[in-house]
Amino acid sequence: MSDTSHQPAKTTTTATTPQEGMLTSFLRKTEIDQRLLGMVGALLLIWIGFHVYGQIANGFGAFLTPRNLWNLSVQTASIGIMATGMVLVIVTRHIDLSVGSILGFSAMVMAILQVRVLPDLIGIGHPMIWVITVVAGIAIGALVGAFHGYLVAYLAIPAFIVTLGGLLFWRGMSYMLARGETISPLDQTFSLLGGGPFGSVGATVSWVLGIVACLGIAALIIAGRSQRKRFQFPLRPLWAEWFLGLVGSALILGFVVLVNSYPWPVGIVRQYAEATGITVPEGGLFISHGFAIPVLILIVVGIAMTFLATRTQFGRYVFAIGGNPEAAELAGINTRWVTVKIFALMGALCGLSAVVASARLNSATNSLGTLDELYVIAAAVIGGTSLAGGVGTIYGAILGAVVMQSLQTGMILIGFDAAIQQIVVGSVLVVAVWLDTLYRGRAK
Amino acid sequence: MTMHTREAGGTPLVALTDISISFGGIKAVDHASVDLYPGEVVGLLGHNGAGKSTLIKILSGAYKRDTGSIKINGEEVRIENPRDAKDYGIETIYQTLALADNVDAAANLFLGREKLTRWGTLDDVAMEADARRVMGRLNPNFRRFKEPVKSLSGGQRQSVAIARAILFNARILIMDEPTAALGPQETAQVGDLVKQLKGDGIGIFMIDHDIHQVFDLCDRVVVMKNGQVVGTANVKDVTKDEVLGMIIAGKCPAGAVPGPGAVKD
Repeated sequence: MSDTSHQPAKTTTTATTPQEGMLTSFLRKTEIDQRLLGMVGALLLIWIGFHVYGQIANGFGAFLTPRNLWNLSVQTASIGIMATGMVLVIVTRHIDLSVGSILGFSAMVMAILQVRVLPDLIGIGHPMIWVITVVAGIAIGALVGAFHGYLVAYLAIPAFIVTLGGLLFWRGMSYMLARGETISPLDQTFSLLGGGPFGSVGATVSWVLGIVACLGIAALIIAGRSQRKRFQFPLRPLWAEWFLGLVGSALILGFVVLVNSYPWPVGIVRQYAEATGITVPEGGLFISHGFAIPVLILIVVGIAMTFLATRTQFGRYVFAIGGNPEAAELAGINTRWVTVKIFALMGALCGLSAVVASARLNSATNSLGTLDELYVIAAAVIGGTSLAGGVGTIYGAILGAVVMQSLQTGMILIGFDAAIQQIVVGSVLVVAVWLDTLYRGRAK
Repeated sequence: MTMHTREAGGTPLVALTDISISFGGIKAVDHASVDLYPGEVVGLLGHNGAGKSTLIKILSGAYKRDTGSIKINGEEVRIENPRDAKDYGIETIYQTLALADNVDAAANLFLGREKLTRWGTLDDVAMEADARRVMGRLNPNFRRFKEPVKSLSGGQRQSVAIARAILFNARILIMDEPTAALGPQETAQVGDLVKQLKGDGIGIFMIDHDIHQVFDLCDRVVVMKNGQVVGTANVKDVTKDEVLGMIIAGKCPAGAVPGPGAVKD
């Protein structure tokens, strides 16, 4: 509490203190994270910057179009899924350099399983093929991750070394598995998990999901309020609750409108019309993509991981270990076992990400996931995960992944070549962490 | 409940017998024996490096002893890690406080023993309610329940560490310099708390460098030097100067029972 006792005749207890500005007061009452606001601002700046640059340099702003933003959302999915797990790894003061290789390895295992093994066992095009494949891919990732975690926790080998070894080891293993061949095409149902016109849920389902999400927000706000009332804890002002609810809902519905305003390409519509026997009207048929399946997977993973990190005992332990490993041990937490679980979870998410990445390409190549570890770590760090441990959020990491992907997509759209892309991404990472250090220094 | 006090010749609540531990060839604790009765406060005294904290960490499960036995209520127990110690009702307030700085007070109080809802999720609201209750008893002015403990003052952090130890109905409490970061008023509060816990029949081991406070709060003192016990004495039977002599020179006065570390003359 700041000292305002020298102020005469204070009438209300919740009044804004004199030295507190409008914005600070607003943020405090709505409990919005300043960092979140900063990241959203940076993201908007990047988006508008690329769009305007495109308009000036190429005469056409391609960035802020439904088509590009829809693609952006699909391309973010693979890195975003892994970044949510990387948050927990970095929060406990570890690192995982092997995520790209685990992704490549489990994608290769899944490809061999669905193309060479399962068709012989249960028949080509069997509807269970994709299910078995996905479960196997996630399990393989989890096993590899658990093994890394065991080496880190019980044999006390630094995570940097274990996962650096893993980076080479699993890349080599996936080469050995397929002798360097690319395996393609994959199972038809499986490949829908990568997105594309048929791998999207369409306009109606998107609206339903959007409305369900809005109701979810309302339910969360009401539940939180009644819980705090029950124990007579201080409540957020009512207008702040309304504000958060409305802004959240507006963002969700805006996203629905966006994904619904990107139609199927003409060629796909023609194929579809021929296959289903409907006639295409004069002006063309407008079929919306709606949410792509990989984006929905990312959203579900994001919600589940946020729940895990903030609402469960496991999540509490992860953060406590990151804040003070010795204290966590003295409090009776089995820190080694928690470490194994964190790496296993990271591996499982790599497996899931491998599903999305290989399904999107409809093939498993030997180089799938190369350099992903760097983008994943960058996404988590840009999203506010501190390498000193103990601090990080899941939504931050997903936003970080969107920032990274926006930079890449934007540079491709305006025609920067690969060399300049690398230079920019590298610089952005360093500058972002520097800004973060400044922010933390000021917040103390 | 019958009180097995020392005078009545009952079973000690804790009996540490012949405890030794070495780190890299250096005997940090060398055949030390200490006991503690219900409702008793035993002060552990000695220079830095005398082995007090190490001995206490063996009881709290942070270190594994090389030799010796630990008995609780007369029964031999296995304490391999902090979880085992907590299962026997042994709670510790560490010198370093051992708080996770990045989470809030309630999360620290319940660390390792979280309250869960019926769906198995963290019951943060219930934990905060309990935290408010116990902190209200220790430090009525404490309001900062939502902030990470890193942003709290030294005294507030210390009260969080103390609150954690008394929250779970400890039978045996270990306090390693519990008032090191506190001002006079808070120190007095801790003194009152110790007397109150003592009245509840809890046995307390207290490490403290303030000899006046030790004489004020403790029933007995155990002095250690170079990992060995110099002697044990009722505070009524010795003077402060005699205890200082035990700490500095290892000389055991007439009112004390000499241990293996006493200087023979």
